[in-house]
Amino acid sequence: MSAHINHVVVVLQQVSLEEVPAKKLRLTKPSKSAALHIDLCKATSPTDALQYLLSFARRPVEAESVEGVVRILLEHYYKESDNSVRLKIASLLGLLSKTQGFAPDCIVDDAINTLNNEKSHQVLAQLLGTLLIIGTQLPDKIAVVQRLIDVACKHLSSTYFGVRNKCLQLLGCLGTVDKPLSKETDAGPGAQTSHVRDVQSVISDYFQDQDPRVRTAAIKAMLQLHERGMKIQQTIYNQACKLLSDDYEQVRSAAVQMVWVLSQLYPESIVPIPSSNEEIRLVDDSFGKICHMVSDGSWVVRVQAAKLLGSMHQVSPHFLEQTLDKKLMSDLRRKRTAHERAKELYASGEFSSGRRWADDAPKEKVDTSGVNLIDSGACGAFVHGLEDEMYEVRISAVEALCSLAQSSPSFAEKCLDFLVDMFNDEIEEVRLQSIHVLRQISTHITLREDQLDTVLAVLEDSSRDIREALHELLCYTNVSTKDCIQLALVELLKNLTKYPTDRNSVWKCLKFLGARHPTLVLPIVPELLSTHPYFDTPEPDMDDPAYIAVLVLVFNAAKSCPTMPALFSDHTFRHYAYLRDSLSHLVPHLRVRNLSALESAQNFLQDSLVRVSALQNLETPGAQDLLEFTIRDLLRLGELQTELAGSADFCATYLHCQLLLTKALQEKLWTMAVPLCLKQNWLSFDDLEFLYSGLETQQIATIHNIRLQAKALQLILTARSKPGVDRVLGACEKFLQDVESFQRLFMTELPHFQDSFVEKLLELMPRLTTCKPLDLVKILQTTLRQSGFIHLKLPEQIHRASATIIEPTGESDNPLKFTTGLVVALDIDATLEHVQDPQTSVKVQVLYPDGQSHIIHPKPGDFRTPGPGRVRLITQVYLSHSAWTEACQIEVRLLLAYSSSSSKQSASKPAWNESMGGLPTSESCIESTIHLSKPVKVFIMPKPARR
Amino acid sequence: MIHYFNTLKVFTFVLHPWLVCKLTDMHPSILLNVCMCCFAGAGQDVGRSCILVSIGGKNIMLDCGMHMGYNDDRRFPDFSYITQNGRLTEFLDCVIISHFHLDHCGALPYMSEMVGYDGPIYMTHPTKAICPILLEDFRKITVDKKGETNFFTSQMIKDCMKKVVPLNLHQTVQVDEELEIKAYYAGHVLGAAMVQIKVGSESVVYTGDYNMTPDRHLGAAWIDKCRPDLLISESTYATTIRDSKRCRERDFLKKVHETVERGGKVLIPVFALGRAQELCILLETFWERMNLKAPIYFSTGLTEKANHYYKLFITWTNQKIRKTFVQRNMFEFKHIKAFDRSYADNPGPMVVFATPGMLHAGQSLLIFKKWAGNEKNMVIMPGYCVQGTVGHKILNGQKKLEMEGRATVIIGTLDVKLQVEYMSFSAHADAKGIMQLIRMAEPRNMLLVHGEAKKMEFLKDKIEQEFSISCYMPANGETTSIVTNPSVPVDISLNLLKREMALGGPLPDAKRPRTMHGTLIMKDNSLRLVSPEQALKELGLSEHQLRFTCRVQLHDPHSDNDTLGRIYTHLKSVLKTYSIQHVPDGTVIVESIVIKVTSSAEEPNLKVILLSWSYQDEELGSFLSTLLKKGLPS
Repeated sequence: MSAHINHVVVVLQQVSLEEVPAKKLRLTKPSKSAALHIDLCKATSPTDALQYLLSFARRPVEAESVEGVVRILLEHYYKESDNSVRLKIASLLGLLSKTQGFAPDCIVDDAINTLNNEKSHQVLAQLLGTLLIIGTQLPDKIAVVQRLIDVACKHLSSTYFGVRNKCLQLLGCLGTVDKPLSKETDAGPGAQTSHVRDVQSVISDYFQDQDPRVRTAAIKAMLQLHERGMKIQQTIYNQACKLLSDDYEQVRSAAVQMVWVLSQLYPESIVPIPSSNEEIRLVDDSFGKICHMVSDGSWVVRVQAAKLLGSMHQVSPHFLEQTLDKKLMSDLRRKRTAHERAKELYASGEFSSGRRWADDAPKEKVDTSGVNLIDSGACGAFVHGLEDEMYEVRISAVEALCSLAQSSPSFAEKCLDFLVDMFNDEIEEVRLQSIHVLRQISTHITLREDQLDTVLAVLEDSSRDIREALHELLCYTNVSTKDCIQLALVELLKNLTKYPTDRNSVWKCLKFLGARHPTLVLPIVPELLSTHPYFDTPEPDMDDPAYIAVLVLVFNAAKSCPTMPALFSDHTFRHYAYLRDSLSHLVPHLRVRNLSALESAQNFLQDSLVRVSALQNLETPGAQDLLEFTIRDLLRLGELQTELAGSADFCATYLHCQLLLTKALQEKLWTMAVPLCLKQNWLSFDDLEFLYSGLETQQIATIHNIRLQAKALQLILTARSKPGVDRVLGACEKFLQDVESFQRLFMTELPHFQDSFVEKLLELMPRLTTCKPLDLVKILQTTLRQSGFIHLKLPEQIHRASATIIEPTGESDNPLKFTTGLVVALDIDATLEHVQDPQTSVKVQVLYPDGQSHIIHPKPGDFRTPGPGRVRLITQVYLSHSAWTEACQIEVRLLLAYSSSSSKQSASKPAWNESMGGLPTSESCIESTIHLSKPVKVFIMPKPARR
Repeated sequence: MIHYFNTLKVFTFVLHPWLVCKLTDMHPSILLNVCMCCFAGAGQDVGRSCILVSIGGKNIMLDCGMHMGYNDDRRFPDFSYITQNGRLTEFLDCVIISHFHLDHCGALPYMSEMVGYDGPIYMTHPTKAICPILLEDFRKITVDKKGETNFFTSQMIKDCMKKVVPLNLHQTVQVDEELEIKAYYAGHVLGAAMVQIKVGSESVVYTGDYNMTPDRHLGAAWIDKCRPDLLISESTYATTIRDSKRCRERDFLKKVHETVERGGKVLIPVFALGRAQELCILLETFWERMNLKAPIYFSTGLTEKANHYYKLFITWTNQKIRKTFVQRNMFEFKHIKAFDRSYADNPGPMVVFATPGMLHAGQSLLIFKKWAGNEKNMVIMPGYCVQGTVGHKILNGQKKLEMEGRATVIIGTLDVKLQVEYMSFSAHADAKGIMQLIRMAEPRNMLLVHGEAKKMEFLKDKIEQEFSISCYMPANGETTSIVTNPSVPVDISLNLLKREMALGGPLPDAKRPRTMHGTLIMKDNSLRLVSPEQALKELGLSEHQLRFTCRVQLHDPHSDNDTLGRIYTHLKSVLKTYSIQHVPDGTVIVESIVIKVTSSAEEPNLKVILLSWSYQDEELGSFLSTLLKKGLPS
């Protein structure tokens, strides 16, 4: 405690010495700087001092006491003779000047002064580092920056690499082009001093430094200048190119980046080719040079080079195509690559030969002078990159290929063979990546039969990720012939029998395949459906997944091929009707046998809504029946027409809420049924608000309106059931708050709410706020009865967040047995659709028969995104329980978590971003959940442990 | 037999990065080192590799291989090149074996035990482990099967292996005080290494066999930019640029898969080590990936032992195997089981790896005979087949084979109905790979071995053209000598260095040579560069001043003093940076140069200007004399 008192004294003394008035005296907690001072004074040896400094550095310092601390540190700095302590002080200075809310202007001078007397190189380097930190804190103070740059220039000639490094870093971070470093006299080559040139040429002088670390720092400083928006001069290009053949990998790695930056800055300038008088564009030249680096000795450089290649879109096509070219020869004879041979075989109509020995025998003789073994150009860069030893290089090469192919269709065509080859890589990550890449560029390409064959071979892969990626790829693939379709179908069916769990994925794949190639499917329809011109063939089994797969293909093709249905036999139509009903997301609507189309469904939806909107008062007899029927219709429509499912469900739920509310109001007696009704309603409200995406403010306002109604009802109920002013008072206030927040949120929407509950409430607002709770309840009661029914306007597109648990299926009769108290892992495989931010919002709920429920948060890595709007959740949940006497079912379902504040506004943010303006969101958020999927039952059997 | 080349020539030596001293005469006690190769094997021939290198007075034997094609004395290198009689120990400083293939290590016991060598033999750990297995196998075949005598015995192999010193990758091993060697990864087979041999500042890199493209179990060769004086590289595929490995792998897998799916049997004849492991890994991972169930067998014998070593030397394999072995060692095959003779008759699909690789004898031929009749089956030849073997015949499309029983009696014909495929999986660097290695190492000279003369010629031209370095391709038994440019270290006195530093401009520039004055003292085999004063002091000599004087005649009507004044102003305008003084006693002094003017007695207008300068200012003095000869501006 005595130490503490001392601290105060010391600080006061120090402050009075500096003669800074009251402001400094406000240091309420002087302990920090003072304690440091004491400690440092006490320190007998440098090791002690270092220890004190180290422990001091661990605690944060308040912004207002930073300056005092800095002064004390500096004081000790001058006294200290040990290098390591001075070094630590210097680094602390840097650390301190980063403190939030502290302006380091005041210590610039001191920091620069310390530099002058410093002898130790290490400490010098550290001090320069500190200056760099200070400089970056004060980018606007031009005078300070200028001083720092001068300091850096002065120390550039140091013999210690660390000092030069830091100086270059400083120049890179703070240097400016618009101002030359010193007074401009004569910028000619004869100028003796280096001070007259700008930052770039000063930095570029150090490209030839003897220390590789300094060379790296120089290039990095130049890159830093570029990042800060400065235009790098083209003269740097040649220097950077020379550094590409440096001995040290970090230099080469930085140089590759530098060359790339310049190629992006000056793509069209012309550079000469050495040893010839030709000239090429700079971007081509640098492309060639970077390609060369793909076969560098260091894999770090190779990765970097391969990555950068992907972003050089301006390169000329013939250069680009060279990257895939590797002239083969054997004993000086030109040889065709396997790719070329495959293509020729395909072209000649002969398929899959290669049985003969030496059918790849070299043909024509190569002119020895014409063979260029080391290509200055881009030759074969990707061939090398894709064959590299390190998978990091291969992945980068694949990604680069993808990005280049997306901008050049002809290149996409060429790189196809190479990508297909990568499907056979030894590392799964690379295989997966190349499949993804092929999908991304598949819009540009059409697969040949032999290529498709290789692609399809991967369908047998045991990794689910690979297979699904491939299915996804096939969804987007164009093929050229009907044989391809047949081939794909056969392989997919093989896949289906080998891995029955792929069922959904395979069906979906066939759906797209059919929809994409109706004309190719047409000629093989009879074969596929095994129909015969005049014999009746046996009716296939409707439950056979393979048969369903074929039907999915055919029906999707038939959608845009009106002649196809004529080829169907009777049972096909029957099966169509069945599948359309049971697998409506896979089987499209066909114009056969007077079935309505999408537009008519839309019309139907609109009609239903119009019909409902005709109802003015729900209390009229028959109105409720109509509502019930409409709800039923809408739900059915949603099932049939996947495109409209969101809208239809939304309307149905809304109407359902409305209906419940009306029923509750009608109950004159306010029996106990009402609370039940309400409870049900609450759930639906949350559903309405958070489960659907694509809602506009108006709809949300409508939902809030009806929610207010429900709240009013609840209030009335409370008032009636539990007499006592206190309770009601609280509830009333809360209700009024809700009304206000509604007004705040939906001001713009109010014109749409004529004659509604809310409008009436708002009219009565002045009265409401002043009257007594019981009066308020009475007013509410009448308003509720009088208020009309708000019609729902349907927005363009509503999507319902939904989830289906694919695995477990809930059909298994074999209980999952495990020992009590231990855990058992249950595999969950589910698809989520239209869920926003699934990583944080989707949870798994496990409900045990005894009513216990657990909520499990899946890992972010368990979510995979196979396509837009769709997310696949493959995870494991761990179950455990105490012993049961016999197997029982637990329920597993997915939940959607949302955080709703008391006014239910912040959570719905994604749906109506605009209206969120500058609203306070400080209200405490309550995490709640809605059911996202149907529950799946799993038999489990915890057995008591045997002893 | 090994000659030293005593060549004397003008050379430059580097003292310090920024100090270069030029000498035109050299004391004959410093000899220029010459690197020399002498071939007992290798040369322009694929077969036995054996190279002798003499570098900096050290003699090293690189590889000690045998030729598989011969059964007489020609199969071993001719060690009489080194010595006619007597042991080799005194002629060789060390022997280095690059990898375990018999054409690189087959003659080792013969050399060390029968000819006689007791010095160290260097090889990597895996080579040391696998090499004796192969040698023993080779011995068994030659002695036990063919009944040869006068061959090395098992004991000799053991004794030979005792002389082996193992090497680690990138480990610098000091053979003796001057000679050091360092191994680099070479791919090719497990444990294959490239070796850098260094004596003083001279170095040679020997590649052995290497592979620049990674395969399923090994990585690619790598070397740092060591800039050796000589790079000795194999050149098996000097004229080939190979297609991507992936196509071949895919084809191979597809063919095997198709046959197995049809219910056929696949026979893959292999040699026990090297490619066999690669193919095993390839099939194993494919089986794993595709979830296939058909059995894969590997004929037993020495492979099992070898597989064991593959499991142990994980650090020598490629990235994938190295990274995943913690979960599962890739060489712990799940699907590949040991083969039993009776399995060949089992129904259903199967894949069998059997030795030997050319189908000329043994298990592979046995199985081939059983399966040849069924067109569902397939045989895949993964390598080259020598003429006369069954492998060669079927690859050339022969459909009927005459089968020989014992004692070459034809006992019947065999219809070949099964499919015959050829898949080459070679692990040598192709032309591009060789060029890539040269680019990595940046040698000053290049030497090609282990290839055919005609092919090497092509590559030689290319190398000379692309890198502009000289390239050699000696024939068998030929000696090549290469002149190197060694740097000779010279001690420089600190005072001199500091003085020079003080004189010279700003920062020393590493890449630029700088001239300096000093005296080189060569005494007791040491070289020192000291300041002239110190040299004088050490040698006990007194300093002699050397001054040049020169008279320049000039027509000038003015008086002597005026002329001097004019000279002064003229010089002042020309030599701006020099200190020029006009001393009252009638002289002008520029640095150390003294200028005086006298008028000649006969002609008052003809002035004689006397210039005098010391040896150190020779340059400035001669400049002034020429300047003054041109006359003064009017």
